[in-house]
Amino acid sequence: MFAIVVGGGKMGSNLTRTLVARDHEVVVVENKTARADVLEDEFGHRVVHGDGTELYVLELAGITRPPDIVVAVTGDDEDNMIIAQLAREKYGVAKVIARVNDPRNQVHFDLLGISPTVCPTQRIMALIEHEVPEHDLIHLLELRRENLEIIEVEVDPKCPCVGKAIEKIGLPAGAQLISRVREGKAELVDAGTTLNAGDQVIAILEPGREDEVRKVLLGR
Amino acid sequence: MVGCGRVGSSLARSLADEGWEVVVVERREEALSRLGDDWRHPVVIGHGMDAHVLEEAGVEDADVLIAATDGDNTNLIIAQVATKRYGVENVAARIQDPARAEAYSDRGFEVISPVKMAIEGLASWALRAGTAS
Repeated sequence: MFAIVVGGGKMGSNLTRTLVARDHEVVVVENKTARADVLEDEFGHRVVHGDGTELYVLELAGITRPPDIVVAVTGDDEDNMIIAQLAREKYGVAKVIARVNDPRNQVHFDLLGISPTVCPTQRIMALIEHEVPEHDLIHLLELRRENLEIIEVEVDPKCPCVGKAIEKIGLPAGAQLISRVREGKAELVDAGTTLNAGDQVIAILEPGREDEVRKVLLGR
Repeated sequence: MVGCGRVGSSLARSLADEGWEVVVVERREEALSRLGDDWRHPVVIGHGMDAHVLEEAGVEDADVLIAATDGDNTNLIIAQVATKRYGVENVAARIQDPARAEAYSDRGFEVISPVKMAIEGLASWALRAGTAS
């Protein structure tokens, strides 16, 4: 596989090292001179020194071949968006992965159709939500390409769904329950499975259905 | 007007003088002094890529949005957000790099490249001057 990694910071250099170790062809693009020198000591001819949002720099890195994948992991979201757009739309690169530094910029990546994206802050936040149960609805996984997400909820004692079968609780279209954990024991659910207070339920749903699902399972 | 550098501030003043309602968005508060002491139109301090900042500036009702920050990529993203998300009808982005200006020339917003204009202007002057002498 031939990969271009744009951005040679911690993430870019670790990715480059890992890809090289797995015998892939890699070029890493870095704009800062001092950083590029450090990378050259380790990766030699695999380093291209220049602004990875400039077309001629991307072309020096070999983007016209085109590569199997371009990874945009600079520290600037606007740069990562432009790199992703140029790679896919101008050079016909089939697979592009972009890093989201500021989670508030995720909407722009989505608007421009840049997918998949990786947002470390968002990932760690999801883990925090999972570990610290003060959030009533935990995002376990976002499947952006499929436009679905998987969430976990603990059924609230005051919720009208308590004691009812799943088919009777009035889940909206676009949301389905997958499993129920009761007293440490997990099982897949079906329409007849009943819910009790304190059950931990995993559901798959379309984004934007959280409020309806919250109402059904938490009663608020 | 997103960006209050030399281009953005002069342009904001010109449009205001024409009687337009102008809102200036700028990240650095000190840059707003370029507008002059007599500036009476609203300003919003914040990053032009921040949706809240754009909304506070009234992007949803804007007839025209000009992205003239000092970053080409920032301008390209702001212009696309204004066009695609907020449906602003007339959007222009100032792009220094001629190659990127060319790559984004056909995306439903105007791309103005001062560098490209300088190259074209100087080239045509040199050709005329050289031919005449």
